[in-house]
Amino acid sequence: MRRVHDFHGGIHPPEHKEQSNTRPLRRAAIPAQLVLPLSQHIGPPARLEIAVGDRVLGGQRLSDLSSLPVHAPTSGIIAAIEDRPVPHASGLGGLCVVIETDGEDEWTELSPINDFRAADAAQLIGHLQAAGIAGLGGAGFPTFRKLPRDGGAGISTLIINGTECEPYITADDVLMRERAAQIVEGVEILAHIATPEEILIGIEDNKPEAIAAMRAAIAGRELMEVVVFPTKYPSGGEKQLIEILTGKQVPSGGLPSDLGILCQNVGTAVAVADAVLRGRPLVSRVTTVTGHRAKDAGNFEVLLGTPMRHLLEQAGCDVTRATPTQRLIMGGPMMGVTMPDPDAPIVKTTNCLLVPTEDELPTSGAAQACIRCGHCAEACPAQLLPQQLYWYARSRDFEKLEEHHLADCIECGACSFVCPSSIPLVQYYRASKAAIREQRAEDAKAEQARLRFEARQERLARAAAEKEARRAKRKRTAMAKAADEAGADDPIQAAIARAKARRAAQDQAPAAAADDKVAKIEARLEKARAKLAADDGSDAAVSAALQKAVAGTEKKLADAQAEAAAQDSAPADAQQREPEQA
Amino acid sequence: MLTFIESSPLLAALAAMLALGSAFGALLGFASIRFRAEGNPIADQINAILPQTQCGQCGYPGCRPYAEAIAEGDAINKCPPGGEAGIAALADLLDVEAPPLDAEHGTEAEAKSYAFIIEEDCIGCTKCIQACPVDAIVGAAKQMHTVILEECTGCDLCVDPCPVDCIEMRPLPETLGTWHWDLPTADVGPVIIASDREQAA
Repeated sequence: MRRVHDFHGGIHPPEHKEQSNTRPLRRAAIPAQLVLPLSQHIGPPARLEIAVGDRVLGGQRLSDLSSLPVHAPTSGIIAAIEDRPVPHASGLGGLCVVIETDGEDEWTELSPINDFRAADAAQLIGHLQAAGIAGLGGAGFPTFRKLPRDGGAGISTLIINGTECEPYITADDVLMRERAAQIVEGVEILAHIATPEEILIGIEDNKPEAIAAMRAAIAGRELMEVVVFPTKYPSGGEKQLIEILTGKQVPSGGLPSDLGILCQNVGTAVAVADAVLRGRPLVSRVTTVTGHRAKDAGNFEVLLGTPMRHLLEQAGCDVTRATPTQRLIMGGPMMGVTMPDPDAPIVKTTNCLLVPTEDELPTSGAAQACIRCGHCAEACPAQLLPQQLYWYARSRDFEKLEEHHLADCIECGACSFVCPSSIPLVQYYRASKAAIREQRAEDAKAEQARLRFEARQERLARAAAEKEARRAKRKRTAMAKAADEAGADDPIQAAIARAKARRAAQDQAPAAAADDKVAKIEARLEKARAKLAADDGSDAAVSAALQKAVAGTEKKLADAQAEAAAQDSAPADAQQREPEQA
Repeated sequence: MLTFIESSPLLAALAAMLALGSAFGALLGFASIRFRAEGNPIADQINAILPQTQCGQCGYPGCRPYAEAIAEGDAINKCPPGGEAGIAALADLLDVEAPPLDAEHGTEAEAKSYAFIIEEDCIGCTKCIQACPVDAIVGAAKQMHTVILEECTGCDLCVDPCPVDCIEMRPLPETLGTWHWDLPTADVGPVIIASDREQAA
C-alpha cells in the first residue's frame, strides 16, 4: 500500500455530490443551434477554414492547426460567424461559429490510429492537436503542449487526476464509474507518449463506486495503481495532488515536469482514447447539472456549443434571465464563476452548471472588517499569507504582492470559505493578478514604443546625414567645375601655367637668350675694365689677376657673340648645344 | 626619515598630506576614466518610468528628451499620460515631493485611446505618417493609410496634421483578452464592532 501524504491547509465544505451522482450518465439532446467559441482553451484562437453557408459534417475540423482547432459536433449549416455571448465572467462576447443543426448527425470520415503502439510520440501528439483536445479538468490547457515530444525522457510519474474535490461536481465520478475501460485506454496512450515508470490514478475516498470501477479496469496492467486518499478540498489541484501522491512539492514558479511528473485529468484520458482509437475529435464532454433548482439533476454527455439554457431545460431547470438570487454558476461553488447570460454555450472547460436556490447557497453578505484571526493562512493550500495579500491588494502594492507570491495562489477559495468576516478574498487576488498582468503588458508595450521611437529617431538622423552628405558632394562638384572654367583664379594652376609659359617662351626664342648673354658679359667686361683702371699697381698679384679676368671676360664675350651670330642663322643647332654650354 | 619627522613635524605632516592627496587624486582620476558611465544613467531610469507615449505634451519631442530634461532639473509633473502614478514613481526615484499634475500640459485621460483613420476619407497625403512618433501608420502617397492598433500609443499627434480630419481618437475596446476582475467595490461597511453598533444606532 502506497503511503499517502498530506498538504498544508485545505477545508471540508459540504459535498452535495449525491444530488447528481445517483443517476447514470445521460446523453443530452442535440439543440437546434450550436454556438462554438473559437477560444475554448488557453492560448490564441485558431483561424477558421469555413464560411457562412457551408454545410459541415460531424467531426469536421472548422479551423486550422495554427492553434488548437474546433470541430463541428454534428452535421449542419454554418449560420453565422459572429460575436456571441461566451461563458466568461465578464459577459463580453467572443467570436463564435454558429451551426444550424440538421438533426441527421452525419459524420465525416474519421481517421483513427488503430495501433498506437506503432506510432511515435510526435505523430500521436500531432493527432491530439488535430483532434482539438484541451485539458478537461478546468483550465483548458492544450494537451498537445503539455505532452513531451522527446519520448518522455524526463517523465518518471504519470498522474491521472480523478480527484474531483470541488463540492457538487460529479462529472469525473460518473465518467470513472461508466467508462473506466476507456479511461484506461487513454492512460495507455498517454503512457506510450510519456513512458513513465509509474502511473498513479488519484481518487478521493468519497467515490467508492468509481474506485471499484477503476480498480477493476486496471486489473492486470503493469505500472498502474489506483491511489485512494482522504477527501479534502482542494486535493484535486495539480500541485496538491502531486504532493499527496508523491510527497514532493512543485517549486514556486515551477512546473510538474520539473519534478518529472505529468498530470492529466480522467476526462482528458477519455478524449485521448476517443481521438486516437476511434478518430473522434473533442466535440462533446460530460457536464454535471446540479443544484436544487435543477429538478432532474445529473450528468450529461453534451455536445460542445450547446447553449446552457438548452442543457438546463433537460435537467428540469427553467432559466429565464439569471438574477442575483437566481444564479447560474459555471463550475463549482468554490471556483465557479457566475454566468451573466444563460445563452452562453457549453465549452471544453465546462465541467458543471450549478443552479442553486438562495437557501442552498446564500449570496455572501457585506464584508466585515478583518479581525486578523488567521484562519485563512491555516486554510491556504499554497501556504501563502492571505491576510497580508489582502492588505497589499487593497493598497494596490503590486511589488509586495509579488514578494508574497501572489502568483502561486490557485484561487481555490479556501480562504474566503473560512473567513468569519466573509471578505471576498479570492476576488481581491483575482483582481490583483489581473492588474499585475495588465501592468506587465503595458510595460512591454511602452518598451516596444520606446524602441520604435528610438529607431525612428535614428532613421531620421541617418536620412538627414545622408541628405547633408549629398548636398556637400554637390557643392564640391559645382566648385570644381567653376574653378575649371576660370583656372587663373586658382594660384597653383596659375603658377603651373606661368612655368609652362616661360618654358615655351625659352624654347621658342633661344636667340634672344643668346643676345641677352652677350649683353650681360659686356656689362661684366665693363666692370672688370673699370676695376683694372682703378688699380694703383701696389700689389702685383692683384693687378695680374685683374688683367687675367679682363682677358677671360673678353674671351667669353667673343664666344657669346659668335654663339649669338650662329643662333641667328640656325636656332635649332643652338638648342642642341645649350647643354654643353651649361 | 624618523629624524626628519622628529626635527620638523610640521613639514613632515605637510609632506604626508601632499603625498596622500596626490595618490588619491590620481586614483580618482584613473577611476573616472576607467569606470566612465556611458550616457546619463539617471535619465535612463527616468525614461524607463515615463509611459513612452511620445506625445510631446510635456513640451519635449518625446519621452527621452523629457527624461533628460528631468535629469537636468525640470519639473516631474508635465506628463499627463503617466498620470499621478507616473509622478509618484518619479518622485520616488528622485526622492522629491510628488507635485500634482501640471494642468497646463493636459489632464490624465480616463481611458486609453487609439487613433483610427476613417479610410474612405483618407486622401493619402502621408502627413500623419510623418507625424507619428512610433511609425504606427502604414501607407504611401496617394494610397490609403491605416493605423497599426498594436503599435499606436494614443498620442494623438497625427490628428492635427490631417488636412481632411479623417483621424479620430477612439477609446480602446474592452475584449475578453483585456477584461479583468475589479477589486470588490462593496467594501467593508462602517467599521464598527457589534457592541458599538447599538450605541451608534
